Amino acid sequence: MKTLAELSAIRDRMKNKVAIREGENGTRIVVGMATCGIAAGARPVLNALVEEVDKAGLTGEVTVSQTGCIGMCRLEPIVEVIKPDEEKVTYVKMTADKAREVIEKHIKGGKPVVEYTIGNN
Amino acid sequence: MKEISLNILDIAQNSVKAGATLVEIKINEDDNTLAFEITDNGCGMTEEFLARVTDPFTTTRKTRSIGLGLPLLKMEAEMTGGSFSISSKSDAEYADHGTTVKATFLKDSIDYIPLGDIVGTVCILIQGAESIDFSFEHKINENTVSLKTSDMREMLGDDVPLSSAEVIAWVREYLTDCYAA
Repeated sequence: MKTLAELSAIRDRMKNKVAIREGENGTRIVVGMATCGIAAGARPVLNALVEEVDKAGLTGEVTVSQTGCIGMCRLEPIVEVIKPDEEKVTYVKMTADKAREVIEKHIKGGKPVVEYTIGNN
Repeated sequence: MKEISLNILDIAQNSVKAGATLVEIKINEDDNTLAFEITDNGCGMTEEFLARVTDPFTTTRKTRSIGLGLPLLKMEAEMTGGSFSISSKSDAEYADHGTTVKATFLKDSIDYIPLGDIVGTVCILIQGAESIDFSFEHKINENTVSLKTSDMREMLGDDVPLSSAEVIAWVREYLTDCYAA
């Protein structure tokens, strides 16, 4: 059974990491979380991204954030990946599985998953 | 929406956008009904806006003039024979401003949609709004599952953001454990 007290262990573990994050310009992953995104399945996509970032130990380098309606509701769930000094990559019609693949190949591997990008859909 | 918990996520995002610092989510469930209530201390709405807020052609969005969140929720609740209400005080007129949305669903109805992944909803709300305190409480008959971000902040101190992936993983496991108990 998990307890609130475990959070203080997380606090001790993370002190160093947080210091690193503040000093650097990392990768941003943005997920559309308006009514359209939510209805299309953005919640499992965002949760999968957060989970994978945690599992991969990337908390310091990668931030996952939410935004409102991007204006292309029919292509939701939409995920944008913004790496420093690189062009933004927009993934559309995402699922939790596709999100895991993007973390593996794009975030960790450095190669965008072209078949899920907006240009191919 | 396929799950009530998705409506809860959607409506609570309105509270986030309304600049709330505290958002309370209460779910009351027994064998026959599921009722939820989301209360925030955000900017609220004027009476005039409130009167037309469940009209799909009312929205604060600037990209186009359609907003479906509240109309969808109202329809889904009323289709089960349940009810929907919204009350609000705008910050222009009241010191105790904010908005309360209530919806009740009857479980026997063929149009009742399940609550679904409420843990996923709470994770996303906490992940997405660092500066907001969420208070979550779910009563199921005699049992209660609850989590307050103010309690979490006390344990985490100022060093660790609530939105950290590690903290969200803890939220997921903690709530999943509470529901299993």
